[in-house]
Amino acid sequence: MSNLIVKERDIVIPGDILAEGMDYLPGDNTYREGDKIFSKILGLTGVAGRVIRITPLSGPYVPKVGDKIIGKVTDMTMTSFRVDTGTAYSAMLNIRDATTRFVRSDEDMSRILNIGEYIVVKITKVTSQNLIDLSMKEPGLHKVIGGRIIKINSQKVPRVIGKQGSMINLIKNKTGCNITVGQNGFVWIKGTPENELLVTKAIKLIEEKSHQEGLTEKVDAFLGDIKAPEGSVVTEE
Amino acid sequence: MIVNKDTIAQLANEGKRLDGRSLTDYRQPIKIETNISWTAEGSTKVQIGNTVVMAGVKLSIEKPYNDTSDEGGIMINAELLPLSSPEYEPGPPQMKAIELARVTDRGIREAKAIDLKKLCIEAGEKAWFVIIDLVTINDEGNLFDAASLAALAALKSAKFPVVNADGSIDYKKKTDKSLPLVKEPLAVTIYKINGHLFVDPTVEEEKSHEARLTVASDEKGTISALQKGGEEPLTIEDISKICDLALEKAKFLRTELNKALK
Repeated sequence: MSNLIVKERDIVIPGDILAEGMDYLPGDNTYREGDKIFSKILGLTGVAGRVIRITPLSGPYVPKVGDKIIGKVTDMTMTSFRVDTGTAYSAMLNIRDATTRFVRSDEDMSRILNIGEYIVVKITKVTSQNLIDLSMKEPGLHKVIGGRIIKINSQKVPRVIGKQGSMINLIKNKTGCNITVGQNGFVWIKGTPENELLVTKAIKLIEEKSHQEGLTEKVDAFLGDIKAPEGSVVTEE
Repeated sequence: MIVNKDTIAQLANEGKRLDGRSLTDYRQPIKIETNISWTAEGSTKVQIGNTVVMAGVKLSIEKPYNDTSDEGGIMINAELLPLSSPEYEPGPPQMKAIELARVTDRGIREAKAIDLKKLCIEAGEKAWFVIIDLVTINDEGNLFDAASLAALAALKSAKFPVVNADGSIDYKKKTDKSLPLVKEPLAVTIYKINGHLFVDPTVEEEKSHEARLTVASDEKGTISALQKGGEEPLTIEDISKICDLALEKAKFLRTELNKALK
């Protein structure tokens, strides 16, 4: 006889019992002990058929291959740049992954990237020791120039982007700002100063109310009837 | 830590800031709560925007210093709690904490805000000593102004404890007697970023500043202390502009303080 103790979208803390009996299966961020399923983290429950999983509400960013992140160049070595990704792990960007053009052996590396600059990069490799390799060679990966960078909880990034980018495209089209969301929680916003501020507030609103439903409508109402400035071009996700 | 240094400097040219304020506006809300702790003789919690600082005043009877045998004394100590910013670590006070305590201390001490002679009970033997402890609860920039405001509000709200017949202090009972506060110094710190003067900076603005000047002044506008920080120099013109602006802003903070203590 199995029974489910939590409801869909309940907030649970580590050690909470989610279900009893062997009919349910432990999904993401849960574990089984005896015939009970427990929560590993603070988050919202989700029940899909027999599988119980938890969507985290907080926690650090864990690097994954293919993630687009925003980092800061902190150091240069002979052939690569060290990048601070806002995580506990250090990331390296090899010089041949930093630019598409040919780099002469005696070239000054600071002509490509300099210490203190922010870059949009993609993770190409994560070793078992969590050392990260990065690349800047794909379209959409570039140096950050102008605008502003804000930091949000990396667990809220999926809500900021929305389903198929619905949330972020709504904000982009309404404000005419270009927004790049890094999976590590850094968000780069570039537009007019007033609209940049509005986007910052909208993103903070999403971060704060991320567990509520109908968030896109709330953000739509928050942004109101503002018009994107003439001639602003935004790129859709 | 993210610093939008270039954007802050660029926006300053247009008289704008990242959070939409004008260059000389304080963040809202400015909240001052008094008597937050029953163990202290006077205590306050001051909030400017999201910056929160608590101050506590303790009074004790000590032997006066030999060179000022007919006077009491004041001591100010500041602690930057690790919970208030990811950059603060536990351990002995670092440079920033010492500077915060000393700047707050100098504003009050040099204005001769407390009549130290009135704190003396018996010359050379016994005098009241005022100890102010400042702790940061959240640092989102401009700790100097918040600390100075908290220290003054705590001094204003402090009451002497009851002294028993045998000379011991009963800290559980308070008298109606307030501290002999003759002046009310408040510090305002003005930051110079890209040649423009900023009031009430956020953490990001603090990190991009070229120079700063803390101006402590009393209610008549008499300047009692200055503290310069930052790597770049300030010109004479800068300093006179900063002083004018600081006096104006001190007036604003003073009205907020009086409103809250009413």
